[in-house]
Amino acid sequence: MSTPGTGPLVAARGISKSFGGVEVLRNVDLDLAVGEIHALLGENGAGKSTFAKILAGVHRPTQGTISLAGSPVEIGSPIDAQRLGITLIHQEPLSFPDLSVAENLVIGQAGGSPLKRVRWSELAENGKRLMSLLGVAIDVRQPMRGLSIADQQMVEIARALASDSRLIIMDEPTAALTPKEVETLFVIARRLRAEGRTIVFISHRLEEVRAICDRVTIFRDGEKIETAPTASLSDADIIRRMIGRPLGEFIHRGTSHVGAVALSVSGLTLPGRFENISFDVRKGEIVGLGGLVGAGRTDVARAIFGVAPAASGSIAVNGKPVAIREPTDAIANGIAFVPEDRAIAGIFRTLSVESNITAAVPDRIAPHGLIRRAAEKAIGLEQVRKLRIRLASLRQPIGELSGGNQQKAILARWLLSEPEILILDEPTRGIDIGVKAEFYEMIGDLAAAGRAILLISSELPELLALSNRILVMCEGRLTAEIPRAEATQEAIMQAAVPRSGVHSHSAGAAA
Amino acid sequence: MSASEQRQGVNQAGRESAAAKPRWKILLVRPESVTFVLLILATIVASHLSPFFADLGFILESSTYYIEFAIVALVLTLVIIAGEIDLSPAAMMALTACIFGTVLKAGAPVPLAMAASLVSGLALGAFNGFFVTVLRLPSIIVTIGTLILYRGLAQVLAGDKSIGSFPSWFVGIDYRMVGIVPVPVIIFVLASIALGLFLGITIYGRQIYQIGTSEMAAIHAGIRVRRIKMGLFLASGLVSSIAGLMTASRLGSVRYDLASGGELTMVLIVMLGGTYIFGGRGSILGTFLATWLLVIIATGMTVANIAINAQLTVMGLLLIVSIVATNWIYARSQR
Amino acid sequence: MSLVRRLARAREAGILVMLVLFSLVVGLIEPRFLSGETVRIVLLAIPLIMVAAMGEMMVLLARHVDLSIGSILGFSAIAAGMVFRDHPEWPLFIGFAVAILSGAALGFVNGLIVTLFRLPSIIVTLGTLSLYRGLLFILSGSKQIDPNDIPEPIIRMAQTSPFGIPWIVIIAFAVALATWLFLTFTQVGRQIYAIGSNPGAAPLRGIRVVPVTILVFTLSGALAGLAGIIYAARFGYVNPGITGVGFEFTVIAAVVIGGVSINGGIGSVAGTMLGVLFLGAVQVALPILGVSGFWQNAIYGGIILIALVIDRTVRAGGIRGLLARGTA
Repeated sequence: MSTPGTGPLVAARGISKSFGGVEVLRNVDLDLAVGEIHALLGENGAGKSTFAKILAGVHRPTQGTISLAGSPVEIGSPIDAQRLGITLIHQEPLSFPDLSVAENLVIGQAGGSPLKRVRWSELAENGKRLMSLLGVAIDVRQPMRGLSIADQQMVEIARALASDSRLIIMDEPTAALTPKEVETLFVIARRLRAEGRTIVFISHRLEEVRAICDRVTIFRDGEKIETAPTASLSDADIIRRMIGRPLGEFIHRGTSHVGAVALSVSGLTLPGRFENISFDVRKGEIVGLGGLVGAGRTDVARAIFGVAPAASGSIAVNGKPVAIREPTDAIANGIAFVPEDRAIAGIFRTLSVESNITAAVPDRIAPHGLIRRAAEKAIGLEQVRKLRIRLASLRQPIGELSGGNQQKAILARWLLSEPEILILDEPTRGIDIGVKAEFYEMIGDLAAAGRAILLISSELPELLALSNRILVMCEGRLTAEIPRAEATQEAIMQAAVPRSGVHSHSAGAAA
Repeated sequence: MSASEQRQGVNQAGRESAAAKPRWKILLVRPESVTFVLLILATIVASHLSPFFADLGFILESSTYYIEFAIVALVLTLVIIAGEIDLSPAAMMALTACIFGTVLKAGAPVPLAMAASLVSGLALGAFNGFFVTVLRLPSIIVTIGTLILYRGLAQVLAGDKSIGSFPSWFVGIDYRMVGIVPVPVIIFVLASIALGLFLGITIYGRQIYQIGTSEMAAIHAGIRVRRIKMGLFLASGLVSSIAGLMTASRLGSVRYDLASGGELTMVLIVMLGGTYIFGGRGSILGTFLATWLLVIIATGMTVANIAINAQLTVMGLLLIVSIVATNWIYARSQR
Repeated sequence: MSLVRRLARAREAGILVMLVLFSLVVGLIEPRFLSGETVRIVLLAIPLIMVAAMGEMMVLLARHVDLSIGSILGFSAIAAGMVFRDHPEWPLFIGFAVAILSGAALGFVNGLIVTLFRLPSIIVTLGTLSLYRGLLFILSGSKQIDPNDIPEPIIRMAQTSPFGIPWIVIIAFAVALATWLFLTFTQVGRQIYAIGSNPGAAPLRGIRVVPVTILVFTLSGALAGLAGIIYAARFGYVNPGITGVGFEFTVIAAVVIGGVSINGGIGSVAGTMLGVLFLGAVQVALPILGVSGFWQNAIYGGIILIALVIDRTVRAGGIRGLLARGTA
């Protein structure tokens, strides 16, 4: 292990960032030494990815300065970052599906005039060299389209190697990789470190962090909590700092009566997405659905709700088989779905809070096709009061509300439809910690009122605290069903990580 | 909910989000308001330039050419608010009018020929809708394809000759008056009121806005997106055939190049009325006002002896300026 | 070699098969279609479309559309024609330069509006279609450039050349070759594909999307301008109300038939050339078959729709994918 150089490579001071009035990073100071591998840790939404994107010129900080090798720099765009020798390996691999792998490795690279000749044989040679360096068998002449996510991730990593950067930021590079590929990546990362390059490594897997990172920085709720040598912190220390509260704090209080089976799916299959999914959810029960991002949890939810129906398998509601071909069928059967991506699939950003709340119950505001303003307003006000939505006016565009209040409005929309079955996909993502607690309470109350709830979440503490039972998905299959009494972060992670991907010394990690 | 609770909710908003803008400010930055101001300005300028403009009857009479496109533009407004576009209505006008002429020439009575035209309009709209809602192809490119196809079929049907000799009662709809108002203008005003109400106070209108704002969110809220879009394309076909019949009546004959270039005029009217090209925002009122703005500008140019051909410059420029301006206003008024 | 690669290859192969089959079928019905004369007529008919199609292809590759090329062609042809008419003493290349540069300037304006205001190119170019047409009426004073105003050497370009092949054919193939070299062997050429392939990723990958997009529209305009000279050479006149009207649709039809995807990123010079040849063959076959020329536009429209459906089918992974429900 090389010793960190004298002056830091990167010195970030007072970095803050807000999106539409919501502060996601607050006054972060961070030094990255020359020739170190530095881990950024934190829960989803803690701000680590945003910080990485600021370094890479994807986002500009609202406040703060960055110095590179002692001199202040302005990283206004990815092109600037590239010129400064900063490369970001994106969490979701970026690719140009119609171009060949070899081209994807170099396209857009700084240097060279626009009319500089593309030497195809050199390109292919270069690509092959990088692929063999990474030990993967990808034909660099084939187009990116059709490559698996893992292969695309390897191309993304190879691209960073090819770029000859001083600072390489890896945002969850291992999420889709096999253990062997992860090992190769680590060998290369160590070699890059030996060459004096700096690597920022973002991961949820503590054992990986222990394996290669010299120092860790922990983020929580947009603030930097601590930077320390990896060896000086135990796993428990790290988790405590990430979560910022004892694990046992959220305890599911609603000792609700679990009744008959409300939702039953069996053999649900959508090729390429999920396979042979069977489970029940009972009235009054909260069933957690855990797994890594991309395991197919959202696809299952979308299938049950009819957004993208399964190719085969059956769904039964209250014991009766139902055909769900589109969302209206699901709604008619008392199913509601709060989707994961609120900005795209949830809210109508520029429309009023009122019309957002009543969107799923046209019959209640317009019994004969004509909208009754008074009825709509009454319904809107009632929901605002019930869910304690903070707003200036019902007529306000919903985009002006905070994330938590937007999510409350979406929840209100579905509560209006009086569902018996409620599917919540990452209901607390991007929501302030205080409002999160309110949501946990509401979810508990909903179950206590006899509703069947399927809760998809990537936050293990959330799953553990709320669920009666936890199902775990991995690569499109159900891999575990864990009763509340036996549920631990370790048990969930064991089932969530691909079979071949369980590391020898598995430690608990928030996913 | 008690008043105090409500007030509390409002007070807390300060921390959560910016306070809502006063209503006058919202009104002022609406693109329709800009259209309205422009309309008044254009009227003032025009009436200073030529005494003709003091005469309402003159303006109404000279409006009938644009009114045919404007009636289609009303439906196009809904299509664009829903996040789609239809560039084929002008070609549908030509084709349905040629079908009318052909059926009539084959010896059928006028009502039957009109029915054939209306039914074919629905069919052409359904064809567009099929590509967009079933095959899920982008409407912008589909309707370019059907624009060429429909115009081509009109050419096949009519060749380069005009089909005429319609019964005299059918000809000259633009000369039939109610008071000083030509019948096409009456139709336009009635259609504006009907569609304005449809968009403004029915649940379907509401859902059209929702679809255009975020199709994904609309699907997730259980709105029948495909059905509504199909309905809009059908309406577009139907209204095009009605406009085609009006043109046939005005001209007394039909040719394959009837309403040629009309797609530009229709899109121009909708854009000039402040409808957002990316969907989700816009109004029938805006389209209504924009129609009169365009009538004044076009008539003004004609009165000022600017050649029809050179007027194309102004139309093209207006289209670009109006999209840029509308975009700019929306980008600033709401984020 | 992956399936996708084979499919991509199949695009060009498929058009070639269609072209051959079409020629054979027409030849069976009317043997005189399969003659040297047909080849000559087709070769004379296609340069105009081919030159403009190369520009439109690049626009489509970058996931845009340019509807204004017909008006640009008209404008450039009028501008060059006026130079020829009013300044017969000037060397001919000035006319060429005027046509190409005026086309480039109009294309540049398209690109500027599209990128500066982030507007859909189809609507912007619908506007400039009208705007440029109006300008060309103003420029020309609505007067036609008559045959005797166009210099003899220009007219001869459509008839002969040192090699026995008309100059305009040579120009068209030279443009195609240059386009191929540009798209295949330059950084910026590859970036055009990248932008169309994934517009969101392009800036994150360090591609300067705005200048490249403006360049693409400028090239499209310049090539439409060059097509304006070819128009003057071939038809011997330029009429402000006729020249280039509806031309954009013919060109888009050729490009789309050539397998260039309207979703950007996919397409080749070879495919586009085949698409142009196919349109040329259809154009020549109709009168030989005794089918009225009135069918031409309907056929073009139909072909565009079929090409769209094929493109969508290939992308969706077959018919089943195409009709699959859902919005994933």
